[in-house]
Amino acid sequence: MLELVDVYKTFNLGTINEKKALNGVNLKLEAGDFVTVIGGNGAGKSTVLNAIAGVWPVDSGAIIIDGMNVTGLPEHKRASVLGRVFQDPMTGTTATMEIQENLALAARRGQFRGLRWGITKKEKKEYRELLATLDLGLEDRMTSKVGLLSGGQRQALTLLMATLKKPKLLLLDEHTAALDPKTAAKVLELSDHIIEDHKLTAMMVTHNMRDAIIHGNRLIMMNEGRVILDIKGEEKKRLTVEDLLRKFEEISGEEFANDKALLG
Amino acid sequence: MLNLLPVLGSLYLGNHDPMALVRALPGNISQGLIWGIMAIGVYLTYKILNFADLTVDGTMATGGAVTVMLILAGYPPVIAVAMAFVAGMVAGFVTGILHTIFGIPDILAGILSQIALYSINLNITGGKANQAVSVDQFNLLVSLRYISKTILVTGIITIAIIAILYWFFGTERGFTIRATGCNPNMSRAQGINTSVAKVIALVFSNGLVGFAGGLLAQYQGNCDVNMGRGAIVIGLASVIIGEVLGEAIFGNKLNFCGRLLFVVFGSIIYYVVINFVCWLGLPSIDLKLFSAIVVAVFLAVPYLRAKSKNSYRRAAKGGTQ
Repeated sequence: MLELVDVYKTFNLGTINEKKALNGVNLKLEAGDFVTVIGGNGAGKSTVLNAIAGVWPVDSGAIIIDGMNVTGLPEHKRASVLGRVFQDPMTGTTATMEIQENLALAARRGQFRGLRWGITKKEKKEYRELLATLDLGLEDRMTSKVGLLSGGQRQALTLLMATLKKPKLLLLDEHTAALDPKTAAKVLELSDHIIEDHKLTAMMVTHNMRDAIIHGNRLIMMNEGRVILDIKGEEKKRLTVEDLLRKFEEISGEEFANDKALLG
Repeated sequence: MLNLLPVLGSLYLGNHDPMALVRALPGNISQGLIWGIMAIGVYLTYKILNFADLTVDGTMATGGAVTVMLILAGYPPVIAVAMAFVAGMVAGFVTGILHTIFGIPDILAGILSQIALYSINLNITGGKANQAVSVDQFNLLVSLRYISKTILVTGIITIAIIAILYWFFGTERGFTIRATGCNPNMSRAQGINTSVAKVIALVFSNGLVGFAGGLLAQYQGNCDVNMGRGAIVIGLASVIIGEVLGEAIFGNKLNFCGRLLFVVFGSIIYYVVINFVCWLGLPSIDLKLFSAIVVAVFLAVPYLRAKSKNSYRRAAKGGTQ
């Protein structure tokens, strides 16, 4: 479903801030894979997701989604096959537009947007039912501006928007990191449900090793812009946080320096 | 002392005829309506797109120049203002390209277009700083000689413009512009080409401003290369006055139509106030200073009010009690 071939990206080339963010990333996802991505700060986790989404062009390598080479496509043209949820709850929705209008924007991802109505009566009905499944009471606030919602509500709505048109790949970029623990757990549970129900292929970046182990059928660890560990199937099911830490030290030759990942 | 105030007041106002204010009112309304169309253009960029577009100072004069020259060349005034709309659209398109393709920051892109338009406008008028067009010779759409006709014509045009914009911003394409103005990152993630959305908004905004310039030139009977100077300030004043007033009356219930209507009211109020301070004795050379102060105050008050609820000084005094 997704193939990354020797993807390289360096930021601020030739300046004092030069940073080799992606250092030859190779990865192949099968349809239905739910991969969790872990790694220390600056390991390249979010950078990989941004490379796939086309936030900027990569320096070299190829990005292939469901057989289509998207390496040369800008961000808005890749959007038709991707669903994305970001770390910052403010990023995924439009605060000055209504809840139903945000959903209508997402429903037209990948379509030409002309002079037909931005939202139809039929859609409003569908969205009401869809919002009811979130169990947050949003179905009664369809015409409220999204700016009035809490971070958790906005993240749940973003998740709904990202999957409203079934994406070939769902990218979750630390989408629970900015939420309180209780809300984070709820949004994670919702993510699991949606991915399972729609049989989506998904990548989820997380700082939390335990979450990375519990969720998904596959786990990759990144370090210095490379995939250094790829665990799937039965092995993934038996994995513990201690295993992960030991493997990290074995491969990278250094200690995993990230309190948040250990304590989380 | 207090008893003296009315006496002093009547002494001062004795030299000023209150009826003069009433007599000037229709003129203020017609002027406010014409500038209201311009202010709607400013609303599109400043409020919806979140883009402070300074092109409009040039576009206003461009619209005037195009209209007057076309009328003098024998074209009907309706065609002339339509072409002013088109000329404005071209100006907005250039600013949009400077910003989206060449990466020039919004304010600078607008200033570059504005300066370029100064020369272009002089070229349109054949090198003359102003060109007259007499209502006696031509059947103009609006004129300060026929105030009630002006109010009727501009009123109908304004309602039509608001209706069209209300429809447009309810369409899929309109949605992309609203989303781009609020959250460009999200818009791209939802497959919206934000550059296209920005250019479309700038094109229509400047089209409206050019159109208003065309009406203004007919209204005052000439076009002037400086007629747009400070237009952005008048536009912003109308937008802000309208917003403050609209929200004070209707609160959050104010919908998009209402907001546009209040922009036009804001423009009318602006001209009534300007007329009032002139009547009080403000020299006309100080008008732009006064306008700038009005806009600065209206922009500053909401900010300072929010800040006063959340200040260090207040915290030092022991919080909210």
